[in-house]
Amino acid sequence: MSSGNASLLIRHGRVIDPGRIDGPADVLVQDGKIAAIGRDLSAPAGIEVLDAYGKYILPGFVDLHVHLREPGFEYKETIKTGMAAAAAGGFTSICCMPNTNPVNDTRAVTEFILDRAKRPDSVHVFPIGAITKGSEGKELAEYGDLRSAGCVAVSDDGKPVMNSMVMRRALEYARAFNLPVVDHCECKHLSDGGVAHEGLVATELGLQGIPSAAEDVMVARNIELAELTGGRLHLAHVSTAGSVRMLQAAKARGVRVTAEACPHHFTLTEEAIREFNTNAKMNPPLRTRKDVEAIKAALKDGTIDAIATDHAPHAAHEKNREFEYAPFGIVGLETALGLSLLLVEEGVLTLERMVASLTSGPANAFSLAKGTLAMGADADIAIVDPDAQWIVDPDQFQSKGRNTPFGGWKLKGRVVKTLVSGREVYSSAMSDAEHRV
Amino acid sequence: MSLKRKDLLGMRDLSVEEVTLILETADSFKEVSGRDIKKVPTLRGKTVVNLFFEPSTRTRTSFELAAKRLSADVINFTTSTSSMVKGETLLDTASNIQAMRADFIVLRHPAAGAPHILARALQASVINAGDGGHEHPTQALLDLFTLREKKREFRGLRVAIIGDISHSRVARSNIFALTKLGAEVRIAGPPTMIPRDIEHLGVSVFYNLDEALAGVDVIMMLRLQLERQGIALFPGIREYATCYGLTPERLRMASPDVLVMHPGPINRGVEISAEVADSVSSVILDQVTNGVAVRMAVLYLLSGGK
Repeated sequence: MSSGNASLLIRHGRVIDPGRIDGPADVLVQDGKIAAIGRDLSAPAGIEVLDAYGKYILPGFVDLHVHLREPGFEYKETIKTGMAAAAAGGFTSICCMPNTNPVNDTRAVTEFILDRAKRPDSVHVFPIGAITKGSEGKELAEYGDLRSAGCVAVSDDGKPVMNSMVMRRALEYARAFNLPVVDHCECKHLSDGGVAHEGLVATELGLQGIPSAAEDVMVARNIELAELTGGRLHLAHVSTAGSVRMLQAAKARGVRVTAEACPHHFTLTEEAIREFNTNAKMNPPLRTRKDVEAIKAALKDGTIDAIATDHAPHAAHEKNREFEYAPFGIVGLETALGLSLLLVEEGVLTLERMVASLTSGPANAFSLAKGTLAMGADADIAIVDPDAQWIVDPDQFQSKGRNTPFGGWKLKGRVVKTLVSGREVYSSAMSDAEHRV
Repeated sequence: MSLKRKDLLGMRDLSVEEVTLILETADSFKEVSGRDIKKVPTLRGKTVVNLFFEPSTRTRTSFELAAKRLSADVINFTTSTSSMVKGETLLDTASNIQAMRADFIVLRHPAAGAPHILARALQASVINAGDGGHEHPTQALLDLFTLREKKREFRGLRVAIIGDISHSRVARSNIFALTKLGAEVRIAGPPTMIPRDIEHLGVSVFYNLDEALAGVDVIMMLRLQLERQGIALFPGIREYATCYGLTPERLRMASPDVLVMHPGPINRGVEISAEVADSVSSVILDQVTNGVAVRMAVLYLLSGGK
């Protein structure tokens, strides 16, 4: 069923491809490509027919921010398990961060990742190369070589470029290859020793704070440098109202800047870390209600282009320890859709806008020919049951990581099938533990 | 009577009734420490483990004496002798101690929330003896006990807490406790040592020490952690002592029968002058005496109070 010529007809679904179509239709896939979309398409002889009545038929999601951990940290996640988690979450294209060991700062590492990711039934993996060699913030990595090896952007994620001259050169030099420069905006001096948002909760818990200003000053710097150089800047995991405000102003005056926000940053506040919950410890930290509202508004009006997960798996023993010593990060691939749909339910986003934030928004930010059901495009599709109620059970995740603050949450809307080039890479029937290998 | 809880993790979670119960129970245990034979059989056959991951003389000794005066068996683990240096996790270390059938684990740890991890995972009663910058509940309880002895009533009492509030677990526990009990709490220190949004806890913030001290009934000085100079919270000891040190002149700003408290160890001539530390206003050594009684009460009440 999942092999063969990858042709099938998906019938009677609600097809949503932002800016293109939103309505009841059938989708015909031939030889792994979108061949036709329309009402009552006739099935070519012998073709597999899938009934999607009551389901959404969406472009497969695109995640700009995933940590696959391989090479180097296979105990947290492997490329294989990370891809399985993506497929289960409806993601058909994922961009993986270079903070592996070794760092992805060379063609060799990029090729290793792409080689590992090359499986018949798997999602597309797009590596992100390092901004600087070893992500040490000193010398630029070889963007030309990284680009030709398959990198789609550069980032020193987690080790933000502190030296403004290096950042300037990165934005400037990356123009030659049309690579977006992705910055995790954090002034390491201002965040030094910090483990949680600097606010009332950290004060009560006696935890060292990370002020919003640690993000904001770097967002301000990066926007100025993007304007100076004409380079393409992408802001990773925007978490503050200040970032949103500057982003909005920068876009209005034509700076080439895009941005992403994570589901946890539009769902939770600093309150989630009470009781020293290390599964709510991430960087940037969960902030205040005001910040959450600003991010929601920015997703609504398109100031923020993409929903990205910052999927950051860790082993249980690493998280089950003192809050201050536990690593930052949570997994996100398998909960992103359900949490994003909450914004639709709340009336913050239209369904179309939410879908765009998971598909065309991120694809355009990195110039990926993905996230669309356009004629001739790869048939990367997520079929979603919008009425499926489910309870998040981390033990059922495809990811090796169980580190989520959303365990036990009741969510509505779930991926039932994920197709890549028309081939099934995930089906909800397989998600039960007994079917897992 | 007993506390209806397994652990003592912080003052924030304690009700006024629980605080009152502990203080009243401590009254009777204080009497025990005044006897010629300072021992009662209350916790005979129980095992108390002092698990200290930070240097401490006062608190550890106080817990040890408290346990011994209740006839419990006491073991002290400190960082230098523990498995911590071998890379064992805190939870593994504590689980091993529990496997030896410890009834109480008294934990001092540099990370906030460390005792909470043990409290969730272990059957043993966990007593927080100071977790990072978070809480130090028995210190607050002994401070309250001392205040109650001298002042009787908490309601309306004007208390100034002076020093590095940001990094002080003693300050947090006292703020939670005193505001709960109806005292008027002022905090003062350089702005670099006042944590964000602290006023939401019901305290008023002063950067000027003289203003903070005006008419107060109690002054709680915090120990200046001299090693923190490196991250530039203040320019130097000389300036700190000048601006925030408690001197006899400054003491006169306060109410005439003011009490001066300090959790120790004190830096004479830095946050507190020798004259003030040794003055009639100082109850610093009463605090130490009362610490044993309060810790006896906590151990007793957590054991079921039988």
